[in-house]
Amino acid sequence: MNAVLEKIRDFDQAARQWTHLDALESEAIHILREIGAECNNPALLFSGGKDSAVVLHLALKAFFPERLRFTLLHIDTEHNYPEVLDFRDRITRKYDLNLVVRSVGDSIRQGRVRLRHENEPRNKYQTTTLLDAISEHEFDVCIGGARRDEEKARAKERIFSFRDEFGQWDPKNQRPEIWNIYNTRVAPGENIRAFPISNWTELDVWEYIQREAIELPEIYFSHERDVVIRGGALVPVTPLTPPHPDDEIKRLSVRFRTVGDITCTAPVESKALSVDEIILETAQTQITERGATRLDDQTSEAAMELRKKEGYF
Amino acid sequence: MAINNPQQVSGLLRFITAGSVDDGKSTLIGRLLFDSKNLQVDQLSAVEASSKKRGMQQIDLSLITDGLLAEREQGITIDVAYRYFATPARKFIVGDSPGHVQYTRNMVTAASSADLAIVLIDAENGVKSQTRRHLYLAHWVGVPHVVFAVNKMDKVGFSQEIYRMIEEECSQLARSVGFSNIHVIPVSALEGDNITVKGDRLHWYSGPTLLEYLEKAPAAQDTEVQPMRFSVQRVTRLNRENIRTNSGFEDIDTRGYQGLVISGQLNVGDEVVIQPGGYRSQVKKLLNASGKFVEAVFAQESITVFLEQDLDISRGAMFSDVSLVGQVSKDFDAELCWFDEDPLDTNRTYLIKQTSNVAKVRLQSINQLVDVETLQKSLHPSGMKMNDIGHVSLKSQIQLSFDSFETNPGTGAFILIDEVSNRTVAAGTIR
Ligand SMILES: Nc1nc2c(ncn2[C@@H]2O[C@H](COP(=O)(O)OP(=O)(O)O)[C@@H](O)[C@H]2O)c(=O)[nH]1
Repeated sequence: MNAVLEKIRDFDQAARQWTHLDALESEAIHILREIGAECNNPALLFSGGKDSAVVLHLALKAFFPERLRFTLLHIDTEHNYPEVLDFRDRITRKYDLNLVVRSVGDSIRQGRVRLRHENEPRNKYQTTTLLDAISEHEFDVCIGGARRDEEKARAKERIFSFRDEFGQWDPKNQRPEIWNIYNTRVAPGENIRAFPISNWTELDVWEYIQREAIELPEIYFSHERDVVIRGGALVPVTPLTPPHPDDEIKRLSVRFRTVGDITCTAPVESKALSVDEIILETAQTQITERGATRLDDQTSEAAMELRKKEGYF
Repeated sequence: MAINNPQQVSGLLRFITAGSVDDGKSTLIGRLLFDSKNLQVDQLSAVEASSKKRGMQQIDLSLITDGLLAEREQGITIDVAYRYFATPARKFIVGDSPGHVQYTRNMVTAASSADLAIVLIDAENGVKSQTRRHLYLAHWVGVPHVVFAVNKMDKVGFSQEIYRMIEEECSQLARSVGFSNIHVIPVSALEGDNITVKGDRLHWYSGPTLLEYLEKAPAAQDTEVQPMRFSVQRVTRLNRENIRTNSGFEDIDTRGYQGLVISGQLNVGDEVVIQPGGYRSQVKKLLNASGKFVEAVFAQESITVFLEQDLDISRGAMFSDVSLVGQVSKDFDAELCWFDEDPLDTNRTYLIKQTSNVAKVRLQSINQLVDVETLQKSLHPSGMKMNDIGHVSLKSQIQLSFDSFETNPGTGAFILIDEVSNRTVAAGTIR
């Protein structure tokens, strides 16, 4: 007994390299393994964006060297940059994963979603498609890459966030979540949204992408693109977002901080060609990720909260 | 945002703000974020806009952390909001926890992952009943360190005398609750005194500013220097069917145990006891989170263990140091905090989740209730309702392996789940 106590007293704290990224990674892996052990049919929401790429990377690590059994679910707005879809398909093949794509376009064609006008941003309409996909496949948990530093409704959400049979989040009555002991239980038809990187910041995500050499779609890095400047944001010129007659088209070096629906995701001016350069820019930036690049959340103080209550990611 | 080179960061500090309603929790966090330059321009302009909308001249720092519609309607904090900020010295995760009694479970949620609690005291009013409640709960849920921020010093003319009285009162209170690591700092969250810079109005105070204190405060307890505990989250059966192609592991045909090293250190060659069965085996290989075989792993690491012997081990099993094994039993006593609107029903069974175990459990008896404000204990209570804290005896359907929460929070903690509603109805610490 004494020998053991001696041994553990001798432990050299300083010699152990344990960074904040290690702590965040281990927390995420623990969460993903709980899902793997306790849930029947998990889906990992995979958009091809950097946060979902990080979550996928963590899931691959959590079960390594086992093949990942989570279904990848992409709720496709059909308003995509082709580079992002290429990336999605390449990664799916590389790790021999099962990808399910359900599109908002189909929901529109089936009359499940009605647009107010054509070419309207489709982010908020993903909710219907997502809820339909959940009930079609009977997913009991959907794993997302949302982070609490993104937005104030997210800042309040649990890591295992319960949704009722209508997919609704009740922010006034969340389950307590004590220590690292997670309650994953749901009745049939109900659903959990699990967010393993809840506690990561945008900078953590980039530092982790650098450390782990995680692949990303090319549009995260600086490239030349035609844009117009509208309301302080850069709006890319695409078939879905044509310039207005009096717009001045400029060709700028830009990169995307998030990738989503083309019609509401704006790039930022940047010359950053590598992850290192992005980290430097991220550390010095004056504006949040959503503030800079999401044209749809600026409409109201509570846009995200309202969408989440209805079943959004 | 400060530039953070991961190699230089001394780690991550998770803390909460606690204390009674209106003592200044939200203002303090807003001030910390603002003064440490962690607010981005769009966040600031959003706060400016809502301050104006509410007819205020200056920006109201407390709005930085205010979140949901429901909360804004009622003007109170219902649930914890997490914030992230960094200084060149450290990264911080802050839980801004609600002060109202009816949201105790959300305060406990925030506190349960914190390394430190900042308990706010209004210098004009001193310690209130809700301060006592938060202090008790913070200690019960395992927050290792507490620092009191004696706030609104501007309202008492920065009086050293008043500060000394409150300092004495809080230190005593914290000791009586069980804290040994106690700090007290005078501040004005609203005006910024002693948050990131000292200012000259607190010239008589010679200690660190709040931020200086946070940058140096010890993170979680040193779980490495405790006896080894490893809890099996998942058994992985590695064979040709399920090994990833190109993983380099194609020839393996074996069973591995995935899980978290809760405490201590585990080395290849170590003999371990596997509870509840009491089997012994040697560690053959250790796979770390990066998919590399290593000689040793430490507390907090998510790993995979391979053993020499082929044993029947499933999720929930605990590996321990042979010379310092934990307890194994179906019967144990705990201090329980009841969260649910429906009171505890001793005629029912609940589900317990402890490490990776999930089992049916019955509450054999409620032995006493603790009045967390006076610390008085009442014997033979008739029941437990929402927000009650009590000492109870439980009986589990299966053998559980655990330590007392005091010696090892990772194995001595559990939650109770209602089997019908699936709600998390209580949390407990094993005594
Ligand atoms: N005079 C003064 N007022 C303060 C100070 N800190 C907070 N307040 C005010 O106290 C009230 C409650 O603060 P708030 O941060 O919302 O408290 P919470 O309920 O604990 O989050 C607000 O009107 C603040 O402006 C301080 O240091 N000095």
